[in-house]
Amino acid sequence: MSAPALFLAVVAALLSGGVDPPSGEAILRRVDENLGSDNKVTRARMTVRGRGGSRTVEMQSWIRGMSESFTEYVAPPRDRGTKMLKLDDQLWTYFPATDRTVAISGHMLRQSVMGSDLSYEDLMEDPRLSQIYDATVEGQDELRGRRCWVLALTAKGPGLAYHTRQVWVDQERLVVLRENRYARGGRLLKTTDVEEVERSDGRWIAKTVLFKDALKGGEGTTFELQSIEFDAAIPEHVFSKASLRR
Amino acid sequence: MLAFLLKGLLRDRSRSLFPALTVVAGVALTVVLYSWVKGTETDVIRANASFATGHVRVTTRGYAAEEDPQANDLALRDLGALLTDLRRQAPSLVWAPRIRFGGLVDVPDEAGETRAQAPVLGLAVDLLSPLSAERLTLNLDAALRRGRLPSAPGEALLSDTLFERLGLRLGETVTIISSTSWGSLTTANFTVAGTVRFGVSAMDRGAVLLDLADAQAALDLEDAAAEVLGLFPDGIYREEEARAIAAAFDGTSHGEGELTPAMADLRSQPGLATILDLARGVTRALIAIFVGVMSIVLWNAGLMGSLRRYGEIGVRLALGEPRGHVYRSMIAESLMIGLAGSVVGTAIGLAVARYLQVHGLDVSFLLQNSSMLISDVLRARVTPTSAFIGFLPGLGATLLGTLVSGIGIYRRQTAHLAKELEA
Repeated sequence: MSAPALFLAVVAALLSGGVDPPSGEAILRRVDENLGSDNKVTRARMTVRGRGGSRTVEMQSWIRGMSESFTEYVAPPRDRGTKMLKLDDQLWTYFPATDRTVAISGHMLRQSVMGSDLSYEDLMEDPRLSQIYDATVEGQDELRGRRCWVLALTAKGPGLAYHTRQVWVDQERLVVLRENRYARGGRLLKTTDVEEVERSDGRWIAKTVLFKDALKGGEGTTFELQSIEFDAAIPEHVFSKASLRR
Repeated sequence: MLAFLLKGLLRDRSRSLFPALTVVAGVALTVVLYSWVKGTETDVIRANASFATGHVRVTTRGYAAEEDPQANDLALRDLGALLTDLRRQAPSLVWAPRIRFGGLVDVPDEAGETRAQAPVLGLAVDLLSPLSAERLTLNLDAALRRGRLPSAPGEALLSDTLFERLGLRLGETVTIISSTSWGSLTTANFTVAGTVRFGVSAMDRGAVLLDLADAQAALDLEDAAAEVLGLFPDGIYREEEARAIAAAFDGTSHGEGELTPAMADLRSQPGLATILDLARGVTRALIAIFVGVMSIVLWNAGLMGSLRRYGEIGVRLALGEPRGHVYRSMIAESLMIGLAGSVVGTAIGLAVARYLQVHGLDVSFLLQNSSMLISDVLRARVTPTSAFIGFLPGLGATLLGTLVSGIGIYRRQTAHLAKELEA
């Protein structure tokens, strides 16, 4: 290559930013890998700010892999003892006041979880977005001082609650910092804003997240992770319907 | 002269019978239809006032603006203080706090799993307070089909249709699955004390009736209610008075936010004004139609009568009777026919209306999937107005018919009278 041609090639490479961005799928896979699939025990607090005021709920969760979880609500007193069990695509809620276990299915999945901006349908979703969405890189953006990839996600098949999503992924930490979820017709249904991220056990996790149901009044639901334990030893009996009544 | 005309009408029935029968039929129909529309209007007002709107209704501004009647996150708070305020401001009304909710009624088996389940519309009213008028307002004693009314917390009434569909027994425990005012799922157990049939399809399809305190506890609505209905003790809606009470309440300063209480009278609540205006419009249209149609028929009858009495009128004119006098005598005759027909027609109409008031007409087949609050059995309502409303078309139509048909008298030419008589 002649010197002028080489010079022009270098200038072109510099102007283009140098390296091609990774593919949307690749980014999404790395985000999913960051989630990990090990057992976790968490404690969290959820503050719901609705039209009539706000309230805070506290919960403890035991999570096995990506599809099984057991949650017990510990505060406020009205909700203490309410439990939720998710096994793959089945979900049950136990209400201590009536000693009844209710299977959440069908239209009930669209109900709000404890009055929050999250629905039971949101909980049932596979958190590994690469499994259920095709992704393309729309561009780059800066969010709260962090460089992000902006991905456009389209559902791989029917039956998902959100047909498309727009996702901001921290380029360095591979954590989703913002998400807009849309219906098939393009209507905005939900937004997620990760307000705080922390490093735990070698990975970055969302510590404070604001969920907002765009079709609902109020100021949204703030989810705060208070503690998380990775590779926790969780007894087998926790993930059974019998544990709901204990 | 009137006695003379009356004799003429009675002796020559050919000139009075047909017009009289026409008037009788028209008047009877007018009376029946007027009473029917009045009865339906009264029923719509009663059903809606008792179950939904009250004669006035207090809600938060946000709740009133919502299309969803179960938006309990926008419920009225500090209910006790609000009721005290309402009783002070408008002591002539009975005030009834209520909560509406939707959900499922779930029947457990021995293992606590679901045996049967069905969607329900819930209504929570004050059933247990000794001074509560809800038993009367909702006519619960008449509506009760099986069992008894709740006498303690934790008891519920189900619509009879629902009770049968779920295969329940009295005294059995059911779980109501619904949403709290925050929107979170909640359950509450109730013993089925009895069943009711309100005679309103929209309610009877699948309803549960709870005591207000039970619903407040279950739905996280302590000292709160979705609405407070104000009702005149005699059950009769007084539009002017209701509007004045609502205006006075809204005039006192409560703030401007979504959770600010506001009062609306029955007429100004969504949908009902249209129905009431429609009912009034229909009544007026009915009368106008009957006046118009009957006038045309009687005009035709008058023309026919004029043809048949052509000779008589000619003789009278030839004898020197003034045209005006002939015209007025014909009008007098027609008014007598109209009066007689109106009296008979009103009597028949009132009898039929009274029958429809007592026995009613079952229209439940029309209301299978309706959400309108209207009774399954519609009844006429005989009012003082029913007794004279028929006279408007009865007298008006005969008068109009004769006025038009009698004009021909003024076209008769005296010069031709002799020739006509010869013929």
